Amino acid sequence: MRGAWGHGLRTVGDTTLSIVGRIGAVVLFLGQILRHSGTSFRRFGLVIREVYFAGVQSLIIILVSGLFVGMVLGLQGFETLQSYGSSESVGVLVALSLMRELGPVVSALLFASRAGSAITAEIGLMKATEQLSAMEMMAVNPLARVVAPRFWGGVISLPLLAVLFAAMGILGGFLVTVVMLGVDSGAFWSQMQAAVDFHHDILNGMIKSLVFGVAVSAIATFEGYEAPPTAEGVSGATTRTVVSSSLAILALDLLLTAFMMKGWN
Amino acid sequence: MIHQVEIRDLNFGYGEQLVLKGINLTVPKGSLVAIMGLSGCGKTTLLRLMGGQLLARQGSVRVAGQELNHMNEAQLYAMRRRVGVLFQFGALFTDLSVFDNVAFQMREHTRLPESMIRDLTLMKLNAVGLRGVQSLMPAELSGGMARRVALARATALDPALILYDEPFTGLDPISLGAIGRLIRQLNDALGATSVLVTHDVQESMKIVDYIYFVSDGVIVAQGTPEEIHASALPFVHQFVWGEADGPLPFHYPGPTLKMDFGDERGQA
Repeated sequence: MRGAWGHGLRTVGDTTLSIVGRIGAVVLFLGQILRHSGTSFRRFGLVIREVYFAGVQSLIIILVSGLFVGMVLGLQGFETLQSYGSSESVGVLVALSLMRELGPVVSALLFASRAGSAITAEIGLMKATEQLSAMEMMAVNPLARVVAPRFWGGVISLPLLAVLFAAMGILGGFLVTVVMLGVDSGAFWSQMQAAVDFHHDILNGMIKSLVFGVAVSAIATFEGYEAPPTAEGVSGATTRTVVSSSLAILALDLLLTAFMMKGWN
Repeated sequence: MIHQVEIRDLNFGYGEQLVLKGINLTVPKGSLVAIMGLSGCGKTTLLRLMGGQLLARQGSVRVAGQELNHMNEAQLYAMRRRVGVLFQFGALFTDLSVFDNVAFQMREHTRLPESMIRDLTLMKLNAVGLRGVQSLMPAELSGGMARRVALARATALDPALILYDEPFTGLDPISLGAIGRLIRQLNDALGATSVLVTHDVQESMKIVDYIYFVSDGVIVAQGTPEEIHASALPFVHQFVWGEADGPLPFHYPGPTLKMDFGDERGQA
Protein backbone atom coordinates (compact mmCIF):
# COMPACT_ATOMS: atom_id res chain seq x y z
CA MET A 1 0.00 0.00 0.00
CA ARG A 2 2.80 2.34 1.05
CA GLY A 3 4.74 1.28 -2.04
CA ALA A 4 1.80 2.11 -4.30
CA TRP A 5 1.40 5.55 -2.67
CA GLY A 6 5.12 6.18 -3.03
CA HIS A 7 5.04 5.14 -6.64
CA GLY A 8 2.02 7.37 -7.33
CA LEU A 9 3.64 10.32 -5.59
CA ARG A 10 6.87 9.79 -7.53
CA THR A 11 4.93 9.69 -10.82
CA VAL A 12 3.14 12.95 -9.95
CA GLY A 13 6.47 14.53 -8.99
CA ASP A 14 8.21 13.33 -12.16
CA THR A 15 5.34 14.57 -14.36
CA THR A 16 5.27 17.96 -12.63
CA LEU A 17 9.03 18.34 -12.95
CA SER A 18 8.87 17.34 -16.60
CA ILE A 19 6.10 19.89 -17.34
CA VAL A 20 7.93 22.68 -15.50
CA GLY A 21 11.16 21.72 -17.28
CA ARG A 22 9.39 21.81 -20.64
CA ILE A 23 7.91 25.25 -19.92
CA GLY A 24 11.37 26.47 -18.89
CA ALA A 25 12.88 25.09 -22.09
CA VAL A 26 10.25 26.87 -24.22
CA VAL A 27 10.92 30.16 -22.38
CA LEU A 28 14.70 29.78 -22.92
CA PHE A 29 14.05 28.97 -26.58
CA LEU A 30 11.90 32.11 -26.84
CA GLY A 31 14.87 34.07 -25.49
CA GLN A 32 17.08 32.53 -28.21
CA ILE A 33 14.53 33.48 -30.89
CA LEU A 34 14.43 37.08 -29.67
CA ARG A 35 18.25 37.19 -29.62
CA HIS A 36 18.37 36.00 -33.24
CA SER A 37 15.49 38.14 -34.54
CA GLY A 38 17.70 40.80 -36.12
CA THR A 39 17.71 39.07 -39.52
CA SER A 40 13.90 38.88 -39.50
CA PHE A 41 13.61 42.65 -39.12
CA ARG A 42 16.44 43.52 -41.52
CA ARG A 43 14.95 41.22 -44.18
CA PHE A 44 11.27 41.65 -43.46
CA GLY A 45 10.37 39.77 -46.66
CA LEU A 46 11.18 36.54 -44.79
CA VAL A 47 8.52 37.39 -42.19
CA ILE A 48 5.98 38.48 -44.81
CA ARG A 49 6.38 35.09 -46.49
CA GLU A 50 5.56 33.37 -43.20
CA VAL A 51 2.59 35.70 -42.59
CA TYR A 52 1.29 34.42 -45.91
CA PHE A 53 1.79 30.75 -45.00
CA ALA A 54 0.59 30.98 -41.40
CA GLY A 55 -1.97 33.79 -41.72
CA VAL A 56 -3.36 34.10 -45.22
CA GLN A 57 -3.62 30.34 -45.68
CA SER A 58 -5.55 30.09 -42.37
CA LEU A 59 -8.12 32.64 -43.53
CA ILE A 60 -10.71 30.18 -44.80
CA ILE A 61 -10.92 28.13 -41.61
CA ILE A 62 -10.94 31.29 -39.47
CA LEU A 63 -13.61 33.10 -41.49
CA VAL A 64 -15.94 30.11 -41.81
CA SER A 65 -15.57 29.17 -38.14
CA GLY A 66 -16.15 32.79 -37.11
CA LEU A 67 -19.35 32.92 -39.15
CA PHE A 68 -20.73 29.72 -37.62
CA VAL A 69 -19.75 30.66 -34.06
CA GLY A 70 -21.47 34.05 -34.50
CA MET A 71 -24.61 32.40 -35.87
CA VAL A 72 -24.82 29.96 -32.97
CA LEU A 73 -24.22 32.77 -30.48
CA GLY A 74 -27.00 34.76 -32.13
CA LEU A 75 -29.44 31.86 -31.95
CA GLN A 76 -28.64 30.97 -28.33
CA GLY A 77 -28.57 34.60 -27.25
CA PHE A 78 -31.86 35.41 -28.97
CA GLU A 79 -33.66 32.53 -27.29
CA THR A 80 -32.38 33.39 -23.81
CA LEU A 81 -32.83 37.15 -24.09
CA GLN A 82 -36.30 36.82 -25.57
CA SER A 83 -37.55 35.26 -22.34
CA TYR A 84 -36.45 38.47 -20.54
CA GLY A 85 -37.98 40.68 -23.25
CA SER A 86 -34.64 42.12 -24.31
CA SER A 87 -33.93 40.35 -27.59
CA GLU A 88 -32.66 43.67 -29.09
CA SER A 89 -29.58 43.32 -26.85
CA VAL A 90 -28.48 40.21 -28.72
CA GLY A 91 -25.99 42.30 -30.74
CA VAL A 92 -24.23 43.32 -27.52
CA LEU A 93 -24.02 39.72 -26.36
CA VAL A 94 -22.60 38.55 -29.66
CA ALA A 95 -20.07 41.38 -29.94
CA LEU A 96 -18.81 41.23 -26.35
CA SER A 97 -18.52 37.43 -26.37
CA LEU A 98 -16.56 37.50 -29.58
CA MET A 99 -14.28 40.42 -28.81
CA ARG A 100 -13.45 39.55 -25.23
CA GLU A 101 -13.24 35.76 -25.35
CA LEU A 102 -14.31 33.72 -28.31
CA GLY A 103 -12.47 35.72 -30.97
CA PRO A 104 -9.00 35.51 -29.38
CA VAL A 105 -9.43 32.03 -27.86
CA VAL A 106 -11.13 30.14 -30.70
CA SER A 107 -8.99 31.75 -33.41
CA ALA A 108 -5.86 30.86 -31.38
CA LEU A 109 -7.03 27.25 -31.00
CA LEU A 110 -7.72 27.02 -34.73
CA PHE A 111 -4.40 28.70 -35.50
CA ALA A 112 -2.55 26.21 -33.28
CA SER A 113 -4.11 23.25 -35.06
CA ARG A 114 -3.76 24.60 -38.58
CA ALA A 115 -0.63 26.78 -38.68
CA GLY A 116 1.15 25.71 -35.46
CA SER A 117 1.19 22.05 -36.41
CA ALA A 118 2.36 22.96 -39.94
CA ILE A 119 5.24 25.04 -38.55
CA THR A 120 6.30 22.17 -36.26
CA ALA A 121 6.11 19.59 -39.05
CA GLU A 122 8.06 21.80 -41.48
CA ILE A 123 10.90 22.59 -39.05
CA GLY A 124 10.94 18.99 -37.77
CA LEU A 125 11.23 17.61 -41.30
CA MET A 126 13.93 20.14 -42.17
CA LYS A 127 15.85 18.79 -39.19
CA ALA A 128 15.21 15.14 -40.09
CA THR A 129 16.41 15.68 -43.67
CA GLU A 130 19.57 17.51 -42.48
CA GLN A 131 18.46 20.83 -44.00
CA LEU A 132 19.10 22.62 -40.71
CA SER A 133 22.54 21.00 -40.42
CA ALA A 134 23.27 22.01 -44.03
CA MET A 135 22.32 25.58 -43.19
CA GLU A 136 24.59 25.59 -40.13
CA MET A 137 27.44 24.26 -42.26
CA MET A 138 26.84 27.15 -44.68
CA ALA A 139 27.46 29.51 -41.76
CA VAL A 140 23.78 30.49 -41.61
CA ASN A 141 22.13 30.20 -38.21
CA PRO A 142 18.83 28.26 -38.57
CA LEU A 143 17.43 30.10 -35.54
CA ALA A 144 17.79 33.38 -37.41
CA ARG A 145 16.91 32.17 -40.91
CA VAL A 146 14.22 29.53 -40.27
CA VAL A 147 12.85 29.81 -36.75
CA ALA A 148 12.62 33.57 -36.07
CA PRO A 149 10.74 34.48 -39.29
CA ARG A 150 8.17 31.73 -38.59
CA PHE A 151 7.81 32.92 -35.00
CA TRP A 152 7.20 36.54 -36.00
CA GLY A 153 4.93 35.46 -38.85
CA GLY A 154 2.71 33.73 -36.27
CA VAL A 155 2.85 36.62 -33.79
CA ILE A 156 1.74 39.10 -36.48
CA SER A 157 -0.90 36.83 -38.04
CA LEU A 158 -2.87 35.75 -34.99
CA PRO A 159 -4.21 39.15 -33.78
CA LEU A 160 -5.27 39.96 -37.36
CA LEU A 161 -7.01 36.59 -37.67
CA ALA A 162 -8.76 37.14 -34.31
CA VAL A 163 -10.12 40.50 -35.52
CA LEU A 164 -11.41 38.89 -38.70
CA PHE A 165 -12.90 36.01 -36.70
CA ALA A 166 -14.80 38.47 -34.48
CA ALA A 167 -15.96 40.51 -37.51
CA MET A 168 -17.27 37.41 -39.25
CA GLY A 169 -18.92 36.28 -36.01
CA ILE A 170 -20.76 39.59 -35.68
CA LEU A 171 -21.87 39.27 -39.31
CA GLY A 172 -23.09 35.72 -38.57
CA GLY A 173 -24.99 36.95 -35.51
CA PHE A 174 -26.53 39.74 -37.60
CA LEU A 175 -27.65 37.32 -40.33
CA VAL A 176 -29.34 34.99 -37.87
CA THR A 177 -30.94 37.49 -35.50
CA VAL A 178 -31.78 40.42 -37.79
CA VAL A 179 -32.29 38.80 -41.20
CA MET A 180 -33.78 35.49 -40.07
CA LEU A 181 -35.39 36.15 -36.65
CA GLY A 182 -36.51 39.74 -37.24
CA VAL A 183 -34.58 41.62 -34.52
CA ASP A 184 -34.52 45.34 -35.30
CA SER A 185 -31.39 46.23 -37.25
CA GLY A 186 -31.02 49.70 -35.68
CA ALA A 187 -31.30 48.30 -32.16
CA PHE A 188 -28.80 45.52 -32.98
CA TRP A 189 -26.08 47.95 -34.12
CA SER A 190 -26.80 50.93 -31.84
CA GLN A 191 -26.85 48.86 -28.64
CA MET A 192 -23.66 47.16 -29.73
CA GLN A 193 -22.01 50.53 -30.43
CA ALA A 194 -23.06 51.87 -27.03
CA ALA A 195 -21.92 48.81 -25.07
CA VAL A 196 -18.59 47.95 -26.68
CA ASP A 197 -15.67 49.87 -25.19
CA PHE A 198 -12.53 50.24 -27.27
CA HIS A 199 -10.10 49.81 -24.41
CA HIS A 200 -11.88 47.18 -22.29
CA ASP A 201 -13.21 45.04 -25.08
CA ILE A 202 -11.36 45.53 -28.36
CA LEU A 203 -7.86 46.37 -27.08
CA ASN A 204 -7.94 43.72 -24.35
CA GLY A 205 -9.02 41.14 -26.93
CA MET A 206 -6.12 42.19 -29.15
CA ILE A 207 -3.68 41.92 -26.24
CA LYS A 208 -4.95 38.42 -25.54
CA SER A 209 -4.50 37.29 -29.13
CA LEU A 210 -1.02 38.82 -29.23
CA VAL A 211 -0.02 36.85 -26.10
CA PHE A 212 -1.58 33.69 -27.59
CA GLY A 213 0.35 34.36 -30.82
CA VAL A 214 3.65 34.49 -28.89
CA ALA A 215 2.79 31.32 -26.96
CA VAL A 216 1.59 29.25 -29.93
CA SER A 217 4.46 30.35 -32.21
CA ALA A 218 7.08 29.71 -29.51
CA ILE A 219 5.67 26.24 -28.76
CA ALA A 220 5.33 25.33 -32.46
CA THR A 221 8.87 26.37 -33.38
CA PHE A 222 10.33 24.80 -30.21
CA GLU A 223 8.65 21.45 -30.80
CA GLY A 224 9.82 21.41 -34.44
CA TYR A 225 13.39 22.39 -33.58
CA GLU A 226 13.67 19.86 -30.76
CA ALA A 227 11.82 17.04 -32.56
CA PRO A 228 13.70 13.73 -32.80
CA PRO A 229 14.78 13.46 -36.47
CA THR A 230 12.50 10.52 -37.32
CA ALA A 231 9.00 10.17 -38.78
CA GLU A 232 7.70 9.14 -35.36
CA GLY A 233 9.52 12.05 -33.70
CA VAL A 234 8.02 14.64 -36.04
CA SER A 235 4.53 13.20 -35.69
CA GLY A 236 4.84 13.24 -31.89
CA ALA A 237 6.10 16.84 -31.96
CA THR A 238 3.13 17.92 -34.10
CA THR A 239 0.70 16.36 -31.63
CA ARG A 240 2.52 18.00 -28.70
CA THR A 241 2.26 21.39 -30.40
CA VAL A 242 -1.53 21.17 -30.67
CA VAL A 243 -2.02 19.81 -27.14
CA SER A 244 0.47 22.14 -25.39
CA SER A 245 -0.69 25.19 -27.35
CA SER A 246 -4.36 24.52 -26.55
CA LEU A 247 -3.64 24.14 -22.84
CA ALA A 248 -1.38 27.21 -22.85
CA ILE A 249 -4.07 29.29 -24.58
CA LEU A 250 -6.75 28.32 -22.05
CA ALA A 251 -4.45 28.81 -19.04
CA LEU A 252 -3.20 32.19 -20.31
CA ASP A 253 -6.77 33.23 -21.06
CA LEU A 254 -7.74 32.64 -17.44
CA LEU A 255 -4.75 34.65 -16.20
CA LEU A 256 -5.25 37.51 -18.65
CA THR A 257 -8.99 37.70 -18.01
CA ALA A 258 -8.38 37.88 -14.26
CA PHE A 259 -5.86 40.70 -14.75
CA MET A 260 -8.08 42.55 -17.19
CA MET A 261 -11.12 42.40 -14.89
CA LYS A 262 -9.02 43.88 -12.09
CA GLY A 263 -7.77 46.56 -14.50
CA TRP A 264 -4.12 45.39 -14.35
CA ASN A 265 -3.73 46.70 -10.76
CA MET B 1 53.81 20.17 -46.72
CA ILE B 2 50.85 22.42 -45.84
CA HIS B 3 47.89 20.58 -44.34
CA GLN B 4 44.32 21.80 -44.79
CA VAL B 5 43.12 19.44 -42.06
CA GLU B 6 45.25 18.16 -39.22
CA ILE B 7 43.90 15.89 -36.48
CA ARG B 8 46.09 14.89 -33.55
CA ASP B 9 45.37 12.34 -30.77
CA LEU B 10 41.62 12.79 -31.14
CA ASN B 11 39.22 11.09 -28.76
CA PHE B 12 35.49 11.54 -29.12
CA GLY B 13 32.43 9.76 -27.78
CA TYR B 14 28.71 10.00 -27.19
CA GLY B 15 28.07 9.70 -23.46
CA GLU B 16 30.38 7.12 -21.92
CA GLN B 17 31.08 5.25 -25.17
CA LEU B 18 34.16 6.33 -27.13
CA VAL B 19 33.50 6.40 -30.89
CA LEU B 20 36.92 7.63 -32.01
CA LYS B 21 40.09 6.66 -30.19
CA GLY B 22 43.48 8.28 -30.69
CA ILE B 23 42.92 9.40 -34.29
CA ASN B 24 45.87 11.00 -36.12
CA LEU B 25 45.12 12.16 -39.65
CA THR B 26 46.31 14.82 -42.08
CA VAL B 27 44.83 16.07 -45.34
CA PRO B 28 47.39 17.93 -47.48
CA LYS B 29 46.23 21.04 -49.31
CA GLY B 30 44.86 20.29 -52.78
CA SER B 31 44.43 16.57 -52.18
CA LEU B 32 41.36 14.35 -52.22
CA VAL B 33 41.34 11.99 -49.26
CA ALA B 34 38.87 9.20 -48.54
CA ILE B 35 37.88 7.88 -45.12
CA MET B 36 36.47 4.38 -45.37
CA GLY B 37 35.02 1.90 -42.97
CA LEU B 38 31.91 0.00 -42.03
CA SER B 39 28.66 1.68 -41.01
CA GLY B 40 28.88 2.96 -37.45
CA CYS B 41 32.69 2.91 -37.33
CA GLY B 42 32.87 6.68 -36.72
CA LYS B 43 33.58 8.07 -40.23
CA THR B 44 30.70 10.54 -40.30
CA THR B 45 31.52 11.61 -36.74
CA LEU B 46 35.06 12.36 -37.95
CA LEU B 47 33.64 14.47 -40.80
CA ARG B 48 31.39 16.37 -38.39
CA LEU B 49 34.40 17.10 -36.19
CA MET B 50 36.20 18.59 -39.21
CA GLY B 51 33.20 20.85 -39.88
CA GLY B 52 32.97 21.93 -36.25
CA GLN B 53 29.50 20.41 -35.82
CA LEU B 54 30.98 18.35 -33.00
CA LEU B 55 33.87 19.31 -30.74
CA ALA B 56 36.63 16.94 -29.70
CA ARG B 57 36.79 15.77 -26.09
CA GLN B 58 40.54 15.34 -26.24
CA GLY B 59 43.10 16.10 -28.90
CA SER B 60 43.18 18.69 -31.60
CA VAL B 61 41.30 19.32 -34.87
CA ARG B 62 42.87 22.05 -37.01
CA VAL B 63 41.35 23.34 -40.24
CA ALA B 64 43.45 25.77 -42.30
CA GLY B 65 45.75 26.04 -39.29
CA GLN B 66 42.98 27.07 -36.89
CA GLU B 67 42.10 24.99 -33.85
CA LEU B 68 38.33 24.33 -33.93
CA ASN B 69 38.08 23.53 -30.22
CA HIS B 70 39.04 27.09 -29.27
CA MET B 71 36.66 28.88 -31.64
CA ASN B 72 33.58 30.79 -30.52
CA GLU B 73 30.36 30.73 -32.59
CA ALA B 74 31.31 33.74 -34.74
CA GLN B 75 34.77 32.31 -35.53
CA LEU B 76 33.25 28.94 -36.34
CA TYR B 77 30.76 30.51 -38.75
CA ALA B 78 33.58 32.54 -40.36
CA MET B 79 35.56 29.30 -40.87
CA ARG B 80 32.51 27.53 -42.36
CA ARG B 81 32.21 30.14 -45.10
CA ARG B 82 35.34 28.54 -46.53
CA VAL B 83 33.98 25.00 -46.19
CA GLY B 84 31.48 23.24 -48.46
CA VAL B 85 29.59 20.14 -47.31
CA LEU B 86 27.77 17.59 -49.41
CA PHE B 87 25.33 15.69 -47.20
CA GLN B 88 24.45 12.04 -47.73
CA PHE B 89 21.11 12.70 -49.45
CA GLY B 90 21.87 16.25 -50.60
CA ALA B 91 19.87 18.05 -47.88
CA LEU B 92 18.53 20.52 -50.45
CA PHE B 93 16.11 23.10 -49.06
CA THR B 94 12.77 21.68 -50.12
CA ASP B 95 10.97 25.05 -50.08
CA LEU B 96 13.46 26.62 -52.53
CA SER B 97 13.95 25.95 -56.25
CA VAL B 98 17.18 24.45 -57.60
CA PHE B 99 18.37 27.93 -58.59
CA ASP B 100 17.58 29.41 -55.15
CA ASN B 101 19.31 26.48 -53.43
CA VAL B 102 22.56 27.15 -55.29
CA ALA B 103 22.23 30.92 -54.90
CA PHE B 104 21.43 30.61 -51.17
CA GLN B 105 24.94 31.19 -49.80
CA MET B 106 25.70 33.98 -52.27
CA ARG B 107 22.59 35.83 -51.12
CA GLU B 108 23.34 35.18 -47.43
CA HIS B 109 27.04 35.98 -47.38
CA THR B 110 27.78 38.39 -50.23
CA ARG B 111 26.49 41.72 -51.41
CA LEU B 112 26.67 40.76 -55.05
CA PRO B 113 23.97 42.21 -57.33
CA GLU B 114 21.23 39.77 -58.35
CA SER B 115 22.40 39.80 -61.99
CA MET B 116 25.84 38.56 -60.95
CA ILE B 117 24.35 35.97 -58.57
CA ARG B 118 22.29 34.72 -61.51
CA ASP B 119 25.37 34.33 -63.72
CA LEU B 120 27.43 32.62 -61.00
CA THR B 121 24.58 30.28 -60.11
CA LEU B 122 24.09 29.25 -63.73
CA MET B 123 27.85 28.65 -64.04
CA LYS B 124 27.78 26.39 -60.99
CA LEU B 125 24.77 24.50 -62.33
CA ASN B 126 26.43 24.24 -65.74
CA ALA B 127 29.52 22.70 -64.10
CA VAL B 128 27.37 19.82 -62.81
CA GLY B 129 25.40 19.62 -66.08
CA LEU B 130 22.10 20.78 -64.63
CA ARG B 131 21.61 24.33 -65.91
CA GLY B 132 18.39 23.09 -67.51
CA VAL B 133 16.69 22.23 -64.19
CA GLN B 134 17.18 25.60 -62.50
CA SER B 135 13.45 26.27 -62.08
CA LEU B 136 12.54 22.81 -60.73
CA MET B 137 11.90 22.10 -57.05
CA PRO B 138 14.07 19.49 -55.25
CA ALA B 139 11.11 17.07 -55.07
CA GLU B 140 11.06 16.98 -58.88
CA LEU B 141 14.69 15.74 -59.15
CA SER B 142 16.02 12.19 -59.23
CA GLY B 143 18.44 11.10 -56.49
CA GLY B 144 21.48 11.57 -58.76
CA MET B 145 20.34 14.99 -59.94
CA ALA B 146 19.66 16.12 -56.36
CA ARG B 147 23.19 15.05 -55.40
CA ARG B 148 24.64 17.05 -58.33
CA VAL B 149 22.62 20.14 -57.38
CA ALA B 150 23.86 19.72 -53.80
CA LEU B 151 27.39 19.55 -55.19
CA ALA B 152 26.84 22.82 -57.07
CA ARG B 153 25.51 24.36 -53.86
CA ALA B 154 28.44 23.05 -51.79
CA THR B 155 30.90 24.75 -54.16
CA ALA B 156 28.88 27.97 -54.58
CA LEU B 157 31.39 30.14 -52.73
CA ASP B 158 34.50 28.33 -54.06
CA PRO B 159 35.36 26.71 -50.71
CA ALA B 160 38.90 25.83 -49.70
CA LEU B 161 37.73 22.57 -48.09
CA ILE B 162 34.90 20.33 -49.31
CA LEU B 163 33.52 17.56 -47.09
CA TYR B 164 31.53 14.75 -48.70
CA ASP B 165 29.36 12.50 -46.54
CA GLU B 166 28.60 9.25 -48.42
CA PRO B 167 28.15 10.95 -51.82
CA PHE B 168 27.63 7.65 -53.68
CA THR B 169 24.87 6.14 -51.52
CA GLY B 170 21.80 5.00 -53.44
CA LEU B 171 22.98 6.09 -56.90
CA ASP B 172 22.70 4.16 -60.15
CA PRO B 173 26.05 3.30 -61.85
CA ILE B 174 25.84 6.17 -64.36
CA SER B 175 25.06 8.82 -61.70
CA LEU B 176 27.71 7.26 -59.45
CA GLY B 177 30.40 7.60 -62.11
CA ALA B 178 29.29 11.15 -62.93
CA ILE B 179 29.39 12.25 -59.27
CA GLY B 180 32.81 10.63 -58.81
CA ARG B 181 34.28 12.45 -61.82
CA LEU B 182 32.71 15.76 -60.72
CA ILE B 183 34.19 15.46 -57.24
CA ARG B 184 37.69 15.05 -58.72
CA GLN B 185 37.22 17.75 -61.37
CA LEU B 186 35.77 20.31 -58.94
CA ASN B 187 38.55 19.66 -56.43
CA ASP B 188 41.21 20.32 -59.07
CA ALA B 189 39.44 23.20 -60.82
CA LEU B 190 38.78 25.09 -57.57
CA GLY B 191 42.19 24.27 -56.09
CA ALA B 192 40.30 22.94 -53.09
CA THR B 193 40.97 20.13 -50.64
CA SER B 194 38.38 17.38 -50.29
CA VAL B 195 37.57 14.74 -47.70
CA LEU B 196 35.30 11.93 -48.77
CA VAL B 197 33.57 9.59 -46.36
CA THR B 198 32.36 6.51 -48.22
CA HIS B 199 31.80 2.76 -48.36
CA ASP B 200 32.24 2.66 -52.10
CA VAL B 201 35.73 1.23 -52.51
CA GLN B 202 35.82 0.77 -56.29
CA GLU B 203 34.53 4.24 -57.23
CA SER B 204 36.59 6.13 -54.68
CA MET B 205 39.78 4.21 -55.57
CA LYS B 206 39.53 5.78 -59.03
CA ILE B 207 39.45 9.39 -57.83
CA VAL B 208 41.18 9.79 -54.46
CA ASP B 209 44.84 10.47 -53.63
CA TYR B 210 44.96 8.81 -50.24
CA ILE B 211 42.78 6.52 -48.12
CA TYR B 212 42.31 6.07 -44.37
CA PHE B 213 40.53 2.95 -43.12
CA VAL B 214 38.65 3.31 -39.82
CA SER B 215 37.44 0.35 -37.82
CA ASP B 216 35.98 0.46 -34.34
CA GLY B 217 37.04 4.09 -33.91
CA VAL B 218 40.71 3.51 -34.80
CA ILE B 219 42.63 4.08 -38.05
CA VAL B 220 43.65 0.55 -38.98
CA ALA B 221 45.25 1.19 -42.38
CA GLN B 222 46.20 4.03 -44.70
CA GLY B 223 47.88 4.53 -48.04
CA THR B 224 47.49 5.46 -51.69
CA PRO B 225 44.86 3.56 -53.70
CA GLU B 226 47.62 1.35 -55.17
CA GLU B 227 48.99 0.53 -51.72
CA ILE B 228 45.50 -0.23 -50.41
CA HIS B 229 44.74 -2.40 -53.42
CA ALA B 230 47.88 -4.44 -52.82
CA SER B 231 47.49 -4.54 -49.03
CA ALA B 232 47.73 -7.93 -47.35
CA LEU B 233 46.09 -6.72 -44.13
CA PRO B 234 43.13 -9.07 -43.54
CA PHE B 235 40.66 -6.25 -42.71
CA VAL B 236 41.63 -4.18 -45.78
CA HIS B 237 41.56 -7.26 -48.00
CA GLN B 238 38.08 -8.22 -46.80
CA PHE B 239 36.78 -4.66 -47.25
CA VAL B 240 38.34 -3.99 -50.67
CA TRP B 241 37.28 -7.33 -52.13
CA GLY B 242 33.89 -7.35 -50.42
CA GLU B 243 34.33 -10.77 -48.74
CA ALA B 244 31.41 -11.83 -46.57
CA ASP B 245 33.56 -13.43 -43.87
CA GLY B 246 36.96 -12.53 -42.47
CA PRO B 247 38.24 -10.51 -39.52
CA LEU B 248 34.78 -8.94 -39.50
CA PRO B 249 32.54 -12.00 -38.98
CA PHE B 250 29.42 -12.55 -41.08
CA HIS B 251 27.44 -13.50 -37.96
CA TYR B 252 26.67 -10.90 -35.32
CA PRO B 253 27.77 -12.26 -31.92
CA GLY B 254 24.92 -14.08 -30.15
CA PRO B 255 23.94 -17.36 -28.49
CA THR B 256 25.27 -20.51 -30.12
CA LEU B 257 23.14 -22.44 -32.62
CA LYS B 258 22.80 -25.23 -30.09
CA MET B 259 21.37 -22.83 -27.52
CA ASP B 260 18.84 -21.29 -29.97
CA PHE B 261 17.72 -24.45 -31.77
CA GLY B 262 18.82 -27.38 -29.68
CA ASP B 263 18.83 -27.40 -25.89
CA GLU B 264 15.99 -24.97 -25.26
CA ARG B 265 13.69 -26.81 -27.66
CA GLY B 266 14.57 -30.03 -25.99
CA GLN B 267 13.70 -28.62 -22.62
CA ALA B 268 10.36 -27.14 -23.76
